[in-house]
Amino acid sequence: MLRRFLIAICLLAVIGLGVFWVLTRPAPLDADFAGGHVADAENGARIFHAGGCASCHAAPGSDDKLTLAGGEGFASDFGTFHAPNISPGPEGIGGWDLPGFARAVTRGVSPDGRHYYPAFPYTTYIHMEDTDVADLFAYMQTLPVSDTPSKPHEVGFPFNIRRGLGLWKVLYLDESFVMTGEMSEQVTQGRYLVEALGHCAECHTPRGPFGGLQRDAWLTGAPNPSGKGRIPNITPAGLDWSADDIAYYLESGLTPDFDSVGGTMASVVDNMSQLPEGDRAAIAAYLKALP
Amino acid sequence: MQKNFTTRTVTAIVCGVIATAGFAASHGGGENKSVEARHAMMQMIAYHTGILGGIAKGEMDYDSAMVDAAAMNIASLAAMDRATLWIEGTEQGAAADSRAKPEIWSDPEGFGAAFEKLETAASALVGASDAAAVGAGMGDLGGACKACHETYRGPEN
Repeated sequence: MLRRFLIAICLLAVIGLGVFWVLTRPAPLDADFAGGHVADAENGARIFHAGGCASCHAAPGSDDKLTLAGGEGFASDFGTFHAPNISPGPEGIGGWDLPGFARAVTRGVSPDGRHYYPAFPYTTYIHMEDTDVADLFAYMQTLPVSDTPSKPHEVGFPFNIRRGLGLWKVLYLDESFVMTGEMSEQVTQGRYLVEALGHCAECHTPRGPFGGLQRDAWLTGAPNPSGKGRIPNITPAGLDWSADDIAYYLESGLTPDFDSVGGTMASVVDNMSQLPEGDRAAIAAYLKALP
Repeated sequence: MQKNFTTRTVTAIVCGVIATAGFAASHGGGENKSVEARHAMMQMIAYHTGILGGIAKGEMDYDSAMVDAAAMNIASLAAMDRATLWIEGTEQGAAADSRAKPEIWSDPEGFGAAFEKLETAASALVGASDAAAVGAGMGDLGGACKACHETYRGPEN
């Protein structure tokens, strides 16, 4: 009787491990990614600014926003994450191929098959068009190389077991857009800029107990991870600016009252100010279309 | 004797009030007049930036006297002696309504340089000859506000 019981326990454990193994398996990606597309580095620059890559990956305090040496730290409830070097050299993404890069950016899986922590907003980038990923990759090859080695993350047990992130991805890595239904072409463009590139929600949307975004409270504001103050609600319920006001703010950093942007949002405006005017207007139209 | 006692009492009360006010100014956990004064100064900068921004955006008619006066006033505000305003111990969390980051006191050179950048950007707008020229100068002006607020101002309370 006891023997049978022990066998059953072992079997269940094996099945459980098997299920865990399958669920947490880093997702593969088509090796023929963006096949036939001729990469356009100029569009890649636009994707780079809209995606806000430099805000996290430039060296902390450096004015050189195109040398992506990494090193910036991000404190969270799970530990402190450090943005890695992603410059096109041996310490960064030198030697990567496009499918490997695409799998990293849109699925959060490293070329050697390990899960990235979602401090890297691949839950946003999963919505990117394949051709935009290819263009971004081409643009990033043109940036300066940094020899600074990436810093290890400071994350304790059990969060240091990366395989477990596979379960997190089952819960939170969602290919569907948050805003759905009928919308104008401009709002659709804004949705792409906000939900696929700008990752506004990473700060402006509250998180659940496992650090996933609460999609039903999309962009309604959240506590500031620094512990001081709140990150504002940018839905029409929380922000009564006109679309023009929002677009001008993203261009100049000035609010309708001529107060100015500050904190980490300042670097977001640095990025947004480099986009074509139509992109800023589209983001504003999207925000005004939120429930 | 009675009068002397009253005088002494009054003197003691007056000294007490002054000491309390002095304590509040140097420590605070509560309201602090230097924080209010800083906000008033920022409002003055925002008001004048609004004149320049309104002209740049075409919401207000171009007026050379207004442009020059607004630009010069911002430059003067940026050049104010900060010793009376950013008093130690009035950072965010220590004084009511303050959003000043501790970096203001740990990096006074950088903080001073940020104000110089504003003064330079504002001075450059003096003589801007049309709305387009004002708009062109607004880039550096807004950039100066943004750069300083990025490093030295904390999030909204």
